[in-house]
Amino acid sequence: MKESNEMKLEFDSRSSNEGFARVAVASFLTQLNPTLEEVADVKTAVSEAVTNAIIHGYGNEVHKITINCRTCEDELYLEVIDQGRGIPDVEKAMEPLFTTAPEQERSGMGFSFMEAFMDELKVESEVGKGTKVSMKKKIGRKDSEYEEE
Amino acid sequence: MSPLFQLDHTSLIIHVPAELDHHNAEEIRKGADDMMEKQNVRSIVFDFSNTNFMDSSGIGVIMGRYKNLNFTGGKVLAVSVSPRIRRILTLSGIHKIIDIYDDFPQETKTV
Repeated sequence: MKESNEMKLEFDSRSSNEGFARVAVASFLTQLNPTLEEVADVKTAVSEAVTNAIIHGYGNEVHKITINCRTCEDELYLEVIDQGRGIPDVEKAMEPLFTTAPEQERSGMGFSFMEAFMDELKVESEVGKGTKVSMKKKIGRKDSEYEEE
Repeated sequence: MSPLFQLDHTSLIIHVPAELDHHNAEEIRKGADDMMEKQNVRSIVFDFSNTNFMDSSGIGVIMGRYKNLNFTGGKVLAVSVSPRIRRILTLSGIHKIIDIYDDFPQETKTV
């Protein structure tokens, strides 16, 4: 049987929890012996998804965000879930530089970063119901982009 | 003055904290805009010496300051940039409009 491990986090959609969420996922991830770069990649992706849930999902109101985290062999599966407003046009939202909150100085790079730092990204959303961001990443690759530079 | 900010002639040096995310982006945004309003700021230097994490919220902060300064013909620089921070800056495309340095070049203080 494949070795798997799971954890679930539920927390208030406060910006002070962004750091908590990415550190919690990162420390769960250490069981897979990730490189520092892989840890940084996952932390960035978690931060982007959680920030989206706070700003866009809940419009800065305080509700619950859930993170489901599972490791299976050398793969990490992550879900970031909110029960907020939902995204009317997911395809549009995922375009680089597209943002609905320029006045809050959002760069429109959130989904692009998630895509760049994880191997797979899926966004399911329903207006008025919420959003689920699912991501996957294989841990323990030898190649490093830093070394290529 | 908050230790986050330092004015050197007409350069505003922003000592970016260990982590720059949505949570602390607002403090930097407000502080920098406040300084720009009161002082003659011709360039903004983002000093990443102590920074080990930045996400797209940081890109938003840099872009916003760039827009404000660009009106007056000013310049934005990122210095003491680690490979990780450089990767974030490059991915965002912001490296095309700001100057990025691995170290803290002396001349940046008086541009």
